[in-house]
Order: sequence, then structure tokens, then C-alpha cells
Amino acid sequence: MKYLDEYRDPVLARKLVAEIRRVTTRPWTIMEVCGGQTHTIVKQGIDESLPHGVRMIHGPGCPVCVTPLEQVDKALAIAARPDVIFTSYGDMLRVPGSTTDLLSLKARGADVRIVYSPLDSLKIALANPDRQVVFFAVGFETTAPANAMAVWQAAQLGIDNFSVLVSHVLVPPAMEALLSSPSNRVQAFLAAGHVCAVMGWNEYYPIAARYHVPIVVTGFEPLDLLEGILMAIVQLEEGRAEVENQYARAVRREGNPLAQETIFRVFEIGDRKWRGVGMIPASGYHLKPEFARFDAERRFHVEGIDTREHPACIAGAILTGEKTPLECTAYGVLCTPQKPLGAPMVSSEGTCAAFYSAGRGIGIEARPLPMVAPEALR
Amino acid sequence: MCLGIPGKVIEIREVAGLQMGRVDFGGVRKEVCLAYVPEVVLGDYVIIHVGFAISRVDEDEAMQTLEILAQMGDMMEQELATMGPGMDAPAVVDDAPGTPAVMAGPAW
Repeated sequence: MKYLDEYRDPVLARKLVAEIRRVTTRPWTIMEVCGGQTHTIVKQGIDESLPHGVRMIHGPGCPVCVTPLEQVDKALAIAARPDVIFTSYGDMLRVPGSTTDLLSLKARGADVRIVYSPLDSLKIALANPDRQVVFFAVGFETTAPANAMAVWQAAQLGIDNFSVLVSHVLVPPAMEALLSSPSNRVQAFLAAGHVCAVMGWNEYYPIAARYHVPIVVTGFEPLDLLEGILMAIVQLEEGRAEVENQYARAVRREGNPLAQETIFRVFEIGDRKWRGVGMIPASGYHLKPEFARFDAERRFHVEGIDTREHPACIAGAILTGEKTPLECTAYGVLCTPQKPLGAPMVSSEGTCAAFYSAGRGIGIEARPLPMVAPEALR
Repeated sequence: MCLGIPGKVIEIREVAGLQMGRVDFGGVRKEVCLAYVPEVVLGDYVIIHVGFAISRVDEDEAMQTLEILAQMGDMMEQELATMGPGMDAPAVVDDAPGTPAVMAGPAW
């Protein structure tokens, strides 16, 4: 496919790996923010092809993983109601709540439906005027334009049997929370390209300056990631801490102003709890008061939910990059993609699931052929 | 959910006041919302997230990135050639056991 295949070219990748090795003189620790980037890095073995001492830490940018347990439990409470059609992006269905997950609830008879776009939820609401249709509005800045548009359209068209359970998180406050932690080891960031396609990169200048970290807006294909890593290492080696854009074909400095306009018509910024991380100030979107009638939490009175995480799950340490799945006693034994204990094992963007599907630490030697195969370098 | 994919715009129309369209992802076709990229014309490539185009792919920038990558490789090959045999070993920080296998061989 155009704009995908050419960014997977093994010959160019090989050259980039060699260039990274040429410029690297010291060990560096770089965090890729987005789960989509983690998936490519682990699947293609990009982290294993880097010079010894250059370490990739996998960041918290998996929306499924950081959706707080309370919100999952609220989703379960709402979805269990007989008058509700509960709609969600597919990867939320197997996220474990305190007692069960949406997929199990569906198997027991709840009307839970997977939608590709929140506009599909609106169509379901229009087709079922006697039912309540709820959409689980989760995600980072990337899904916010879509989720905001669904609420905006519901208001414009007067679709009153539609509501949203909002659990939106924002990337820059999470980066700041990581950087200000005493245990922080991150020296440079690969910022999530598609988050920046929506929001631009102006909000990263103060972070780069305050914490003296290079931030490189980076795409998702193997060549994008290798080039982003190279740009970050060049900055680190030269002692610079600037905001640079590797992903120029899709990201402009100002982002997408029309998308931002719709987001801020519908949402306002507020505190948000992150699963495994805790409360981060001003790190999420909430519905503005004028759209409160579309708030599923109010409509179905799901306050006062008691939550319980599985005691063996170390998702918090995984999400902040303090530990890898290989340091978790439950990984691959108690916790597998078929029977996940925590959210990072659920989504393909989660670090645990990415490690598992690449066969890391579970006794499977046959891994998908790394794009930069060792023999290709000889 | 968070994975954005580039696709080619093959149809543009208006539905209930929203600019919608169809996008081809290498043979798979999907209905998408184009309201956030009003500048697109048929044949443009857009990045799609959960049924919404969030960005138009800039063909010039895309070509430029690939050219820079290709040239960078050539420059490096020339540089490596001037180093002579034995000098093309990578800049390894240390050679402790556990260094990935890809690091063991010469660059080319």
C-alpha cells in the first residue's frame, strides 16, 4: 500500500540502523510514547537492532491500557441494563473490570456492539429510538475529534437516546508526569505522530525546555521509527533539547485546527485518573456543561463504584516503563492475551501483548522475521 | 483503535451536513468522515483514525523524507568506504555479552 510499503524498505532500514550505530557514542534511554509505535518496535525487533546501551522504554500511550478501572466498571454497569445498547471500539471489550469484561457480559446476553466509528453508534441510536445507545468514548487526542463530532451531531440532530461514557486522556501531561518523577530515566521522547496530526507540536516546546529533553514527532512505520530514534540520538549526542518533526508528511506544526475546534466545542480539560498511574492533573477531556445531557454517567447514575485490581498485575510499572513484562511473575503464566489480568495484555498496542505476540520470554524461539534481519547485515 | 492508516480518497459527498466519503486502503474500502480535511480532492491520501480523516498526506514531504533517507545512506557508504577495512565496525558502547546478534557483524 502506498505510504506504507516504502516506509518498510529493509535496505533503507539497514542504512538507518548503521547510521544510528555510527552516531552513537554513549548509552541513551528513549521513550516512544504511543502504543502503536511500541507494537512496530517490538514486532520488527527495532529495539534489538540498536547499539548496546541504547534502550527503548515503552510509554503509556495505549488508550485501552490507561482507561481507569472505575470507567470500565461503569461501562459494565451500564451495559448490563436491559434498555441499553452499549457500543465501543473493539479493543475495549476484553479489558478486565473488577469482576468481568464487556465480552463476557455480551455472552451472557447484554447488547454490546463493536463499532468502527462513533458515527456508527449514532446510526444505531437513530435506528433504535426506543433504546438507550451508549458509546464508550475512550482514547487520546487521536480519537477525540471523532468522539466530539458524534456528540456534536447528536446535539444538532436532536438524538436524545444517545450518550457517551467519556474517558479521554491527553499525552503531554502524562509526559510531564513521567519527567517529574524521581525515578524517571527517560532522556528523549518519540512523540506520537497522530496525536500531533490533531494537536500539532506547539505544546511540546515548554516541556523540551523545562526538562531539557529532545522531543521528536515520529510516525509509525519501521523507517519512521528508526529515523525518529536517529534524530533523538543526534540531539542527545550534541546536547540539544529541541522539538523536531520526523513525520512531516502527516503532521503540521499547528495540527488540525478544524478538529481542535470541534474538540473544544464539546470537551473541556480536567483532571483524569490513569489506570496503573493514578491521578494526573489536567490530563483528560470531560464534556462541557452544555453537553451534560449526553453524559452517560449522569444519565445512568453509576457513581460510587467499588474497584478491585488483580493483586499480581504490575500494569502501573509497565505503563511508566519502570519494568518490562519479563520482570512480571504473572506474564505468560497467569496472564495471557486469552486470559488477561491487566489492560496492557489486552490491546495489541499494550506492551505486554506486544511482547507476547512477538514470543518474548515465553519460550517461543520462532519469532516473526525481524525486518532488519541479522544475516542481512553481514 | 489508535492506529491510523493512510488511504486514498475515492468518493466525496455530503451527508446530513457532514462531508463524508469513501477511502480505499489497498483494496479495502471504508466510509469515512472528511469534515476535518475539507481541502482534500479525489485521489488524495489521508490518515484515517476511527473513521475520521485527521490529516492529508503531503506527497512532497513524503517524497522528500524518502530521498533524504536514501541520500543519507549513500553519504554514509562513501564515508565508510574511506575508512578502509576493519573500520566499519559500529560505534558500540560496550561489547558485553548479550549484545544483540545484529551488532556482531560488519555494517554491510
